[in-house]
Amino acid sequence: MYDFEFVKPASLAEAVAAMGRDGAQALSGGMTLLPTMKQRLNQPDSLVSLNGLAELKGVSVAGGVLTIGAATTHATVAREAGAYPALAALAGQIGDPMVRNRGTIGGSLANNDPAACYPSAVLASGATVVTNQREIAADDYFQGLFSTALEEGEIITAVKFPIPDKAAYVKFAQPASRFALTGVFVAKGPAGVRVAVTGASEDGVFRWTEAEEALSANFAPSALDGLTVEADGMIGDLHGTPEYRAHLVKVITKRAVAAAG
Amino acid sequence: MAKVTMTVNGRAMSAEAEGRTLLSDFLRQGLGLTGTHVGCDTSQCGACTVHVDGLAVKSCSVLAMDVAGANVTTIEGMANADGSLSTLQQAFQDHHGLQCGFCTPGMVMSAAALLADTPKPTEAEVRHHLEGNICRCTGYHNIVKAVLAASGQDVGKVGIAAE
Repeated sequence: MYDFEFVKPASLAEAVAAMGRDGAQALSGGMTLLPTMKQRLNQPDSLVSLNGLAELKGVSVAGGVLTIGAATTHATVAREAGAYPALAALAGQIGDPMVRNRGTIGGSLANNDPAACYPSAVLASGATVVTNQREIAADDYFQGLFSTALEEGEIITAVKFPIPDKAAYVKFAQPASRFALTGVFVAKGPAGVRVAVTGASEDGVFRWTEAEEALSANFAPSALDGLTVEADGMIGDLHGTPEYRAHLVKVITKRAVAAAG
Repeated sequence: MAKVTMTVNGRAMSAEAEGRTLLSDFLRQGLGLTGTHVGCDTSQCGACTVHVDGLAVKSCSVLAMDVAGANVTTIEGMANADGSLSTLQQAFQDHHGLQCGFCTPGMVMSAAALLADTPKPTEAEVRHHLEGNICRCTGYHNIVKAVLAASGQDVGKVGIAAE
């Protein structure tokens, strides 16, 4: 890994100032960033650790909305997000116990890996990504492979999840990395049903709108029987062909609907 | 370079570190605590597992400066005060839970974290918890036996349900 200047601010205001410098990169859990820096795929001039900011940590519930601080670890969400059981279950399946003790929701969302778990929950829940500058709706936030609406220097501070009536996440895990070969988050709330798929598309997380329409009319796995998913644009790699992933999208969505009840 | 201080196995310890110095390198090269092993260096194998403020983490994917001031426990801190093996370490020896021994420090640290939260885990819970620790020798059954034995449970049927 190339060397860099390490900065650990004690407040969000200090972190924002440090991120304003050229070549600055935010560091949260580092579970993706540090391995990519070891491979010299990323070479920031300075790393701004968000791990000392208590104001970015914690889980709270108010008025049917679950708010998670951006620097909250997956292990903490798994343990403390009981008000939204599908989300807590998702957090408890990310990586392995050591990764969950270090990795954070804000870090996962800022990176937007096409096979990460959290983006599907954020998109299916219609959650809001809160930054030091603004609030971004999930539908506007994800902009393709490793791309988000975040501007240079912008820091995610929290994520607000409206708690749905029913929800479930089912992941078909790639057994070595434990990333989603295909993962589907289904949420049924007052605004209807939302289905978000991760791990499958070359464009990253996406909503399967045909399934949403079918499930809004009839929230049952059989409602998806007549639908097909196109292999075009799906990821193909040594773990699975585009056709295989397209097939998985439907199978896993059915399982998620069944699990949501 | 800057001086970084943390409490390691109950003692305040310091060494010079760069921004990029990993906790695993800080422990091994800075402090001479070579019990923490670096297997893959890509956060897959878990051989480098240590506890930071009571939580198991992969020390090859944590910056030393980011945990300055923390309480760190390594495999060197796991034995009893008189130098004899802890219950968990002794169970690894008794149940042949290691062959080459390279993954063992990480296995012990990971298992110790499990037993701290879940004193009587099921076999399935042990296997699930050790997902982030890879062993090339044992086939895992004897490691699972060791962890269950350390928790005071019968190990006679380990591996049967998993087959």
